[in-house]
Amino acid sequence: MGSRSSHAAKIPDVDSIRRETGFSQASLLRLYHRFRALDRTGKGYLSRLDLQQIEALAVNPLGDRIIDSFFPDGSLRLDFPGFVRVLAHFRPVDEEEDGNRDPKEPEPLNSRMNKLRFAFQLYDLDRDGKISRHEMLQVLRLMVGVQVTEEQLESIADRTVQEADEDGDGAVSFLEFTKSLEKMNIEQKMSIRILK
Amino acid sequence: MLRAALPLLGLPLAGAGATEKPTQEPGSPGEPPPGLALFRWQWHEVEAPYLVALWILVASLAKIVFHLSRKVTSLVPESCLLILLGLALGGIVLAVAKKAEYQLEPGTFFLFLLPPIVLDSGYFMPSRLFFDNLGAILTYAVVGTLWNAFTTGAALWGLQQAGLVAPRVQAGLLDFLLFGSLISAVDPVAVLAVFEEVHVNETLFIIVFGESLLNDAVTVVLYKVCNSFVEMGSANVRATDYLKGVASLFVVSLGGAAVGLVFAFLLALTTRFTKRVRIIEPLLVFLLAYAAYLTAEMASLSAILAVTMCGLGCKKYVEANISHKSRTAVKYTMKTLASCAETVIFMLLGISAVDSSKWAWDSGLVLGTLFFILFFRALGVVLQTWVLNQFRLVPLDKIDQVVMSYGGLRGAVAFALVILLDRTKVPAKDYFVATTIVVVFFTVIVQGLTIKPLVKWLKVKRSEHHKPTLNQELHEHTFDHILAAVEDVVGHHGYHYWRDRWEQFDKKYLSQLLMRRSAYRIRDQIWDVYYRLNIRDAISFVDQGGHVLSSTGLTLPSMPSRNSMAETSVTNLLRESGSGACLDLQVIDTVRSGRDREDAAMHHLLCGGLYKPRRRYKASCSRHFISEDAQERQDKEVFQQNMKRRLESFKSTKHNICFTKSKPRPRKAGHKKKDGVANTEATNGKPPRDLGFHDTAAVILTVESEEEEDSDSSETEKEDDEGIIFVARATSEVLQEGKASVLTAIKMVKLSSKELGTCLEISRTRI
Repeated sequence: MGSRSSHAAKIPDVDSIRRETGFSQASLLRLYHRFRALDRTGKGYLSRLDLQQIEALAVNPLGDRIIDSFFPDGSLRLDFPGFVRVLAHFRPVDEEEDGNRDPKEPEPLNSRMNKLRFAFQLYDLDRDGKISRHEMLQVLRLMVGVQVTEEQLESIADRTVQEADEDGDGAVSFLEFTKSLEKMNIEQKMSIRILK
Repeated sequence: MLRAALPLLGLPLAGAGATEKPTQEPGSPGEPPPGLALFRWQWHEVEAPYLVALWILVASLAKIVFHLSRKVTSLVPESCLLILLGLALGGIVLAVAKKAEYQLEPGTFFLFLLPPIVLDSGYFMPSRLFFDNLGAILTYAVVGTLWNAFTTGAALWGLQQAGLVAPRVQAGLLDFLLFGSLISAVDPVAVLAVFEEVHVNETLFIIVFGESLLNDAVTVVLYKVCNSFVEMGSANVRATDYLKGVASLFVVSLGGAAVGLVFAFLLALTTRFTKRVRIIEPLLVFLLAYAAYLTAEMASLSAILAVTMCGLGCKKYVEANISHKSRTAVKYTMKTLASCAETVIFMLLGISAVDSSKWAWDSGLVLGTLFFILFFRALGVVLQTWVLNQFRLVPLDKIDQVVMSYGGLRGAVAFALVILLDRTKVPAKDYFVATTIVVVFFTVIVQGLTIKPLVKWLKVKRSEHHKPTLNQELHEHTFDHILAAVEDVVGHHGYHYWRDRWEQFDKKYLSQLLMRRSAYRIRDQIWDVYYRLNIRDAISFVDQGGHVLSSTGLTLPSMPSRNSMAETSVTNLLRESGSGACLDLQVIDTVRSGRDREDAAMHHLLCGGLYKPRRRYKASCSRHFISEDAQERQDKEVFQQNMKRRLESFKSTKHNICFTKSKPRPRKAGHKKKDGVANTEATNGKPPRDLGFHDTAAVILTVESEEEEDSDSSETEKEDDEGIIFVARATSEVLQEGKASVLTAIKMVKLSSKELGTCLEISRTRI
């Protein structure tokens, strides 16, 4: 695939991205093409509007929040490394990789912890490290259809927070969040095979 | 038919020999004619059904006796106990009657005993899990069975050439291949019986079990092909026959599946119209599924595949169409029939083993077969898994492979097939019968007994039987949405893409055709169930000594501990909303505590209420089906909400606010409404169903006026004070968009009326 490797050279900082995210050359190339395809006006970066153009995202209840997660800290431009960094969270977990990993290096982006952290950030909008009942209620409102009344929603939100909340502060911290999901197969539920 | 049933059944009592009491003779010569007989013994007339009933009764009583001792049942799987019981009974019958009377007859087995079990598994098969793992299942079923058959047959033939099998076993290569084909198939009945008690994780279970169901086509083809080759004589087999054999594999499997799907379609269609005749709904389900089985059997197609596909295909529509009570009836009846059939099968297996006139022993053959089936199964599994792991998201590790190879149990299907062999064409039949009996006994007893400790020792991931916590449920939905979104961002068109396309097709055409119109709308059931459960909670609250009048608010029961096990809380609803495979024949009953009801209410609510992610939906055993109309409606709602929020975010200074809250809507009790219409809606429990358009408009006006008045009120309100509407505030610009305002109005109306059915009436008139 001679032509492909020359394309790889077009990706700026390809080596550092690879090291940081762990994507294979082929995946990175595919993502780069997708990045360019999304960037319709050829600016070299993506704006919120570009992502909002994806029709399927418009009918996804969490679509807006996910778009927001691509733009951390209120920035308005999404460059390719940033794009890939977020998607790296969804790489399937490779257990051999895990075993060979140098424990001194930072955790790979697709570790269980980091996947959970990504999900946590979707809930915790004000970034205070806790999901309050209010934030839980907001997410519930997004995800539940209109035929459920607000009282029912409130009691569900109450219950959810109470279930996970161990120290009784009325909010779910990241550790409590992790604990409540310890039985769930996060590696499978938050991975997309194509991103190997 | 009853006459045919006769030879199968046993009267396992000492009176076995005397199955017929002599009837009173009308009078021998020399005696005065008897007067009116006060009492006559009519055994002849009731003999056949009586025996059938007695047989089943014995089996059930045996089950009760087994379960009296917990220790025994936790160690020994029920199938073992039943086979041993059968052996014992057979021995008694033999001793008393001097001949073995009752056998597992292939006709009865295939026509009456096998269909309920297969139907039960097909109907309650978790389809999402099944289709997720379909690649692996098909590989094991087709490739694996072929591999097993050929290698075992060839190895046995090699054994004969090497002289380890006595020459009195007259069998050629073809005979051994025939034998290999029938002994190599993993048996669904045995797998179900043993794995049920072991509770391995779902993926493993569905792969082994799916394999046992789907390999029926391969077994049927191989068996028939080899049988006809044997009958033709090996000299007459031509090359075209081999090709025909291969072609027949496709014909049998695809034909069987097609028959099943046709009947599924018919079943779904007929249940659409049974609104006035609810009582026949369970009957329809059973009849049409059974008809599918018989039709496939008649056409020499794979009957098991037909029934499986019928169950898988029709479930969604049938569950939507039939009434709640019919659903329960269907479920219970299926489980009962399947359990009963399984019991009878194992018992008959035991009994049939006793008849030594039917088999002949050859040690070389028996031991060789045992060794080869284990060895080649393990080898086959390892090879196939290695290939499959290149393609799977979650690879199957070594422990899974061990369980899979060890869990390849043979059972009654093999036995029935071997009995069907024609002794004139296959002279070695008796030896094959003996070998089959030994193999089946070995797998069911020895492997069945040891698989539990093995699973524990290997620390295989067990299935999660505890009910999923609310957190898990909610977050699972979140993850599904996230994944769908990420896939959209990446632009990936994989498995999920095709699933999505299928679901679109289903939405547009199939569901409209096959589902009752009223099932399109989101059912009121959610509200009904929630209401009923609330009442039950109140009752249980009172039972526990609380006083309803004096309580300020029912406190939520203490949270379930994360390690709570299943005994107290496995309920129908929770199982259906959870992700576990519902194939357990034993679990029907529910014991619910107050906390569980509350949980059940929450689960019901979430299941029914949560937006379904576009590409994945938790099919499993959920009754709460959101129809295609709802999906479009849901998409529209989400779209509207998102758009509104984006507009808001342009106006608000903070980036992170998703949406501002509207003016807090006060509770029904204390607030005066401006508009009379809205007022009556608020106070009436049940507003009239056909709320016309003008009412809607009136409410819109109310909304607008209220909104504009208080538009200056602060944006963020503490929600502890009052109830808050979960819709974005309708700013004046947005109100001018026709749809948005109506949507808002609709939401207002819904909130005020709290009548789901009404809401949908309105939404239907508008959207």
